[in-house]
Amino acid sequence: MEIILEADHLRKDFGGLIAVEDVSLKVRAGSLHSIIGPNGAGKTTLFNLLSGVFKPTTGRVIYRGRDITAQPPHRIAHLGIGRSYQITNVFPNLSVFENVRLSAQAMGRDNWNLFAPASRFKKYADRAHHIVEQVGLKGKGDLLASVLPHGDKRKLELGILLASDPQVLLLDEPTAGMASEQVPQLMALIAEVRKESNKTILLVEHNMDVVMNVSDAITVMHYGKVLAEGTPVQVGANDQVQKAYLGELYK
Amino acid sequence: MTKSIRDHLPYLLLLAALVVLPFAISFLTGEPLNKGIALFSQGLMIQVFILAVFALSYDILMGHTGILSFGHALFFGTGAYALGILVKYAHWSLPVAILAIIVIAALESFVIGILSLRVHGVYFAMVTLAFATVAFILVEATDFKQWTGAEDGLHGIPVPDAINPAIHRTEFYFLALAFAVAIFLLVKLFVDSPSGRVWAAIRENEARATSIGFNTLAFKVQATIISGIIAALAGALNAMWNLSATPQTMEVGTTINALLMTIIGGSGTIIGPMLGAGVLQLLGYFLNLWLGSIWQLVFGLIYILLVLFVPYGIVGTWRVKQLDWRAAWRARFARVSK
Repeated sequence: MEIILEADHLRKDFGGLIAVEDVSLKVRAGSLHSIIGPNGAGKTTLFNLLSGVFKPTTGRVIYRGRDITAQPPHRIAHLGIGRSYQITNVFPNLSVFENVRLSAQAMGRDNWNLFAPASRFKKYADRAHHIVEQVGLKGKGDLLASVLPHGDKRKLELGILLASDPQVLLLDEPTAGMASEQVPQLMALIAEVRKESNKTILLVEHNMDVVMNVSDAITVMHYGKVLAEGTPVQVGANDQVQKAYLGELYK
Repeated sequence: MTKSIRDHLPYLLLLAALVVLPFAISFLTGEPLNKGIALFSQGLMIQVFILAVFALSYDILMGHTGILSFGHALFFGTGAYALGILVKYAHWSLPVAILAIIVIAALESFVIGILSLRVHGVYFAMVTLAFATVAFILVEATDFKQWTGAEDGLHGIPVPDAINPAIHRTEFYFLALAFAVAIFLLVKLFVDSPSGRVWAAIRENEARATSIGFNTLAFKVQATIISGIIAALAGALNAMWNLSATPQTMEVGTTINALLMTIIGGSGTIIGPMLGAGVLQLLGYFLNLWLGSIWQLVFGLIYILLVLFVPYGIVGTWRVKQLDWRAAWRARFARVSK
């Protein structure tokens, strides 16, 4: 399978702190690739590098064979790489519907239009209605995002991402803080999206059951480096991973 | 969303009241429109209309895009001085001068926006303050006295008789009112447009707006340009009203006034800052009339009380209360029907 997204020896220093020391990673098109590792392993920093929020100290990000390291985040979004956030990151005083509609609008060509009401652009509204329903927020479209309970905010977070119809979805702990009974529902939704349109998903997740069940490939990060990589079975059997991550987790 | 006449009713009533006002005052005082209180009150309201547009332009940045500026007077002053210089010294006709002011303000706000919008929050505010201070020093400088009149200001701007406020006050009243209404409608259109929605996204969460694919710097520059043009047009109308342009138009105090009007009226509500302009201007006038020079102290107290008890401004707090009342009413109705 074709490699859609590649991290090539990425390194990111913050002053004296090395958040990501040396990460190389190849994500195959259409795969679900998980990144696991203890807190502070550099997973979120890696996402910030891939989505252009941070520029790496050294190394490159390659998307569909093209070096996108120097591209600003909004350009990377337009190229087809979208992300969600570990800490809910929505537009608090806009309605749920408007949160999602804006994300659909962002991908269109009408953003500079000043002289027509946004509601007249049906395609974005239609897409937003569809997505709001898809992520399970039907009937809550008119609520302000800020008043949603945590679980619904996580769904909205995903809805904002889906509305822009990215090719590659960077999901940073999509189930973080969710009630455990809601987790399978969200993962089913992610699986559905993936099957529907052959998306590539790069997933950061702490829930090992989830990761082991759904991933095609897993990369284990530890102190800013790649500790191991492989299929769930290979990674699960890896001694180093047991010691550094799984062992530490269950100490 | 469709709207019924009822939703527009308060606006239509306000407009009707403002149309009738000069004639009503003239009728009540028994004076003709061009004499005494009837004449004077029109002047007071003309200033309200001009400041309402200026406050509204400020709120495009503050309330709709979430940008705090301390240098907005720069655009107001630019409009005033550009009109004075172009009409008085370059002998341009008024319509051409106004078109030129639109271009000048667009360029000016583009350059300032591009240079300073890379920094955020209070840092942006300080950069804009620096730009406005430079402009203030320039118009007060004796080096350009032949054009700006330095500290005295530029006086004797020739305005065509038909709309000269000294001759045809009532005509100018309706010109200023029409201007305010037109800008109100235009800003409403902008705020509801796709671009206006992007501004709201930036106000709510700029980082996320970037991550879903908006070039937020470009949209902030767009908002700054529109805001700058409208402020300059308000400044130009102010120069026509005073037949002069003075350094006061460029002062930081002028920006602070816009900020106060926006906060008192309700930022991000469109009509709010315009009402705020009315409240501030009329309150200032009457407090000064009744209390003399201590009026500013009293106004300061009123302002503190407003911020404490009307935290979202007059219009903003009204809308929040309205939602509360509706929720309370529904809750009550639900109980009764059980």
